[in-house]
Amino acid sequence: MLIHTTKGELPEEALEKKEGVVDNENEHTTWVEYWLGGELVHRSAHVTLKKNVSLSGQTAKFE
Amino acid sequence: MANTQAMCTSFKVELLNGHHALGTSVVRAGTTPDSFKAALYLASATINAATTAYTATGEVSGAGYSAGGVDLTGATDWIAPASSGTTVYSTPTANIAYTTVTLATAFDAVLIYNSTQGNKAVSVHTFGSQTITAGTLTLTMPTNDATTGLVRLA
Repeated sequence: MLIHTTKGELPEEALEKKEGVVDNENEHTTWVEYWLGGELVHRSAHVTLKKNVSLSGQTAKFE
Repeated sequence: MANTQAMCTSFKVELLNGHHALGTSVVRAGTTPDSFKAALYLASATINAATTAYTATGEVSGAGYSAGGVDLTGATDWIAPASSGTTVYSTPTANIAYTTVTLATAFDAVLIYNSTQGNKAVSVHTFGSQTITAGTLTLTMPTNDATTGLVRLA
């Protein structure tokens, strides 16, 4: 598989691959990095948001 | 039977659909939904509930990224507002992707805004700081329901 990098398209087997996951109450994120000779040449991230934004509707009572 | 004070759920749906104007409204040329965009902001920026419209201040920059961010995509940008119980919710129809970009300075927020209505702000969503190198950032939308929908009026 070819990987798009800062050096152009390179075969995956020529690169060092690092992956990570962040999972907390706010998000589930995975990322992948490809390194070539100690240089970061590709990094992608996939973020799934867990927290939404909400608005609470309230009405006033006539006293 | 008894009467119960409440904000009508139908009103909440209709707010999201632009049916009510309690203040000065805008002239609409038709009934089509508005178009929305999503812009990324540096971790050093100040984008929050006080943000009223898209701003280039603090926005990310880099190869493959255009100022203003990307359009929300899909048959409509948002899934039609719906309700469950008294909660009204909606979520962008499709995931948001920034493809083949290099964003070297850490960013941690996305602003969704209405590009049809003067770039007025809709919502800010934060996440852990990221950088992207010749790669893709994908923001996956949550399940569109009353619990996890991206925007909810409870």
